[in-house]
Amino acid sequence: MDFSDAFLNATVLQKYAPSILSGVWVTLYLSAIIVVAGTALGLILACIRAGGWKAVNFVIIVYADILRALPPLVLILIAYFGLPGVGVLWSSNLVLFIVLTLILAAFAEEIFWAGITSVGKGQWEASRSTGLGFAQTLFWVVLPQGVRMGLPPLTNRAIAVTKMTALGSVIGVPDILNQATTAQSFSGNASPLTLAALAYVALFLPFVLLARWLETRFAWKRT
Amino acid sequence: MEQIAQQFFNLDIMKASFPMLMEGLKITFLLVLVVVPLGLTGGLVAAIASGAKSRWIRWPAYAFVDFFRSMPPLVLLIAVYAGLPFAGIRLDPFAAVALAFLLNNSAYYGEVYRAGIEAVSPGQTEAARSTGLSAPQTMAYVVLPQAVRNVLPDLVSNTVEVVKLTSLASVVSLSEMVYQADMARSVTYNASPIVLAAGVYLVLLWPVVRLISRHGRKIAS
Repeated sequence: MDFSDAFLNATVLQKYAPSILSGVWVTLYLSAIIVVAGTALGLILACIRAGGWKAVNFVIIVYADILRALPPLVLILIAYFGLPGVGVLWSSNLVLFIVLTLILAAFAEEIFWAGITSVGKGQWEASRSTGLGFAQTLFWVVLPQGVRMGLPPLTNRAIAVTKMTALGSVIGVPDILNQATTAQSFSGNASPLTLAALAYVALFLPFVLLARWLETRFAWKRT
Repeated sequence: MEQIAQQFFNLDIMKASFPMLMEGLKITFLLVLVVVPLGLTGGLVAAIASGAKSRWIRWPAYAFVDFFRSMPPLVLLIAVYAGLPFAGIRLDPFAAVALAFLLNNSAYYGEVYRAGIEAVSPGQTEAARSTGLSAPQTMAYVVLPQAVRNVLPDLVSNTVEVVKLTSLASVVSLSEMVYQADMARSVTYNASPIVLAAGVYLVLLWPVVRLISRHGRKIAS
């Protein structure tokens, strides 16, 4: 069989490009809202943790640990197949959004928290003694420094989690991968998979390069 | 409450599905034993190549790493498993997972090693070379031991990600733990077997996740 006929068949590509493009849209908007919601939730949790209530912090730590230790696919399967049994009927898109948002929030919380703790005690003391309150110190002094430090790992983690939107195809989210595997089985041709792979690289490569740039820009000098 | 217990924490169903899950866990372990060393080796090659003097070696290495970091692991796995047969290469699920993970993990481990190698000061290499060690000897005996120590927490945390990712093998019907749990789920119409699988992952990975967090804090302070 001819190689280009199997992997870059013009007729097949033309026929299925629209459905894969609709998948691109689904992947794109899910990724966008997951990044925004997950980062925001992680930041809020890290700020609450800075408040220093023991019982609350314990809950946050356990939450972040569990969500970081479990494979995303396992959480997706539990939510998608388990929740209807207790009367919660969520669409597959909603399940994917909520699960990945919670996972990103767990990682983001840890990253922001590491950033907050890396800001020296002297900074806290100095700004408190100038008359700033706890919240003012956190927002105007500590977070700007802590967040900056967390930017490279956060970008990498956000990429890793949004790439997991491809797992949605397992529960029927009409994303790029789902459209491509459907098209592949209808057409009996691998071209839709090629197109899907290229679409993912086109979507994520700019962010991978951005992360690389951020790393050199904000890197800690280790030696 | 009763309903939630029945649907997610049904002990009878968990007990019944436990032997199946343990069968799956063996495959999960086997996968980890194969893909982690493959990824560590591939990553080392990628990292050394991306530090090469010649751009004809360096640029392809960067292209490889960035390409596979842009590709979702599941997409890669499906491309290998469902796409390669069109080129006349038919891999069984285990081999497909091993190949897809080799490509994906080499890129990720490669980035970790590279950060570690770059953090070793050039003076070390110069000193080693001037004592008469060859370039490969310098890399193996002077640079790498320090590089690996620099990034040990990142290597461990990436390995946690790899262990979690082996669950994707269930999608290409390799009967690892999540596949077995999902089979039990579809037979019993109950999510408890998957919750049990989640419990096994927690037992295995939670201590490591905790360790990484504590270590991270030590560096920060």
